Amino acid sequence: MPDSNIDNVISARGLLKVYGAQRAVDSIDLDIRRGEIFGLLGPNGAGKTTTILMMLGLTDISGGTVEVLGFNPVREPLEVKRRVGYLPDAVGFYDHLTARENLTYTARLLAIPRRQIDGRIMEAMERVKLADVVDKRVATYSRGMRQRLGIAEIVMKKAEVAILDEPTSGLDPHATFELLEMIRGLKREGVAVLLSSHLLDRVQSVCDRVALFNKGRIALMGTVVELANQVLGAGHPLLVEASQIDVAAVVRSVDGVQKVTRDSDGNWRIVADRDVRAAVAQRIVTGGGSLVRLADLQPSLEEVYTRYFQEEVRHAA
Amino acid sequence: MPPSAAVRVGSPFTGLGPVFMKELSDHLSSIRMLVLTLFVIVFGAFPVASSLQQLRTVVGADAYLFLRIFTIAPEQIALPFVQALNFVIPLMAIGLGFDSVNSEFNRRTLSRVLSQPIYRDALLLGKFLGGLVTLAVALVALWLIVFGAGLLLLGLPPRGVEVARALGFLVVAIAYGGVWLAVSMLFSVVFRSTATSALCALGLWLFFFILWPMIADAITLGFVPNEIRSVDQLLSLQELSLALQRLSPGTLFTEAVIGLLNPETRTLGPMLPSQMRGAIVGAPLPLDESLLMIWPQVTGLIASMIVLFAAAYVIFQRQEVRA
Repeated sequence: MPDSNIDNVISARGLLKVYGAQRAVDSIDLDIRRGEIFGLLGPNGAGKTTTILMMLGLTDISGGTVEVLGFNPVREPLEVKRRVGYLPDAVGFYDHLTARENLTYTARLLAIPRRQIDGRIMEAMERVKLADVVDKRVATYSRGMRQRLGIAEIVMKKAEVAILDEPTSGLDPHATFELLEMIRGLKREGVAVLLSSHLLDRVQSVCDRVALFNKGRIALMGTVVELANQVLGAGHPLLVEASQIDVAAVVRSVDGVQKVTRDSDGNWRIVADRDVRAAVAQRIVTGGGSLVRLADLQPSLEEVYTRYFQEEVRHAA
Repeated sequence: MPPSAAVRVGSPFTGLGPVFMKELSDHLSSIRMLVLTLFVIVFGAFPVASSLQQLRTVVGADAYLFLRIFTIAPEQIALPFVQALNFVIPLMAIGLGFDSVNSEFNRRTLSRVLSQPIYRDALLLGKFLGGLVTLAVALVALWLIVFGAGLLLLGLPPRGVEVARALGFLVVAIAYGGVWLAVSMLFSVVFRSTATSALCALGLWLFFFILWPMIADAITLGFVPNEIRSVDQLLSLQELSLALQRLSPGTLFTEAVIGLLNPETRTLGPMLPSQMRGAIVGAPLPLDESLLMIWPQVTGLIASMIVLFAAAYVIFQRQEVRA
């Protein structure tokens, strides 16, 4: 049964979706907290979009329960959809209408009072930096502008939860950067954001927590660092570039250091169970070496992802 | 059943108004609608113009002269106005409905619209009503043009009962359009490709117009015994033929219109001696009896419209929203 935890905006227990004999989503448990950005990651066909559609009541649930803001999307889809903004994968708008007309239609469906509609549209369009093209037909919009218009719809809706399906796919780096900024903006306003993606480095930069989907199950869930510890092994990896000293010999005696290796470039890689940068730097400098670089190697989600699926294949073989 | 069988909360008509208004304004401002209206007016104007020409030369007293504008087959083109409508209304309805749902899929607007607080019921019904009202607007405009032309060129005001009959004709025409609108919307739900859906709807239309009368005849012929011994046998054959013909909405429309606009019509089936007893040949029927006579046809049209819409509704409810 879902916890009655007030901090969770979405909570799923044993959520199941069966298509014929195939389990598209296989008994997943998921909690999304108020005000966080949560990433659903995984290869295509892993069940991310199906999970999202079940949360919105747009597709039937085969088993288990899901609650969105305390409402059951199967029984009370209107209540859920009134409070949740959704940006589908490759969102479409009515091309023959202007952005303002498109948003007006949504506003009417949301039963926003007529007098407020224009104000809220302009406010939202300014937020996504499209105010100057609000009266242009959507047919003239680029893909990035359409995605931003989708965000504007969510802003106009004053949604408490925003669900974004592959929001950055097909965007150029600049448009991606702008869109991620807008997603951070949603978070700053207290909106919980659930986004699905396979663009890992982009997701890593905005997500507080992620869930790694694989064949309809959640394989891993947690912060990026937690995931890295689980998959890549525990520890803080460091990169040290220093000369005139045998780094390995000096550093090994530092408290917490577990492993020191030399990579092909001649740099040293250190794995420790805590942040040991200060101690390492002190040892090298007092030992008479010249420290050129000391970098905290952030675990990359890409690495986690790749490693995880490699392991999967190995186990399967 | 999984928990999805649970009762859902909230009115299925939430959001019906905005969907209806959007569909209506889309239709009325679209170029397609302009083309269809022009088509209908041109198609209607020729028979009307020539029947007016002919009617102006009529000297004899005809109590229902005004209604003849609709039904008379002019010498030059031999196509009465109602026949032209029988042909054109389906085309117009199909033009309005064939891409109503699948174009939302293809433009990827469906999942975005359905993620607003609205049930699929309201979306489908709003689209249907939007199309139906558009169709009604076009037909009313056409009807008024015919009426106005009649007033101007015949120089004779229609009597009240004629207006009532002509209004009844308008209602039947709209119901007939509704049937074909429901057909084309059903195809637009079933097929993701707008071209396939248009093709199927037009195919069905041609089937009912060209092939079905022949097939109905062929089936009836198959039931003809070696020799017909009694009137009853002949009658039952005729009734079979009629029943088969009436499966085509075009037949229902034609019969209802004949009953309304030709007040002399006493029966829509074979004429029996019992029905002739006491009747003055060629005397018009009062309006209420004409209405009673065509009632099965009108209900048939409305019922098939509802059945087709319900089928589209059931299929739409079961569809996945993802493209």
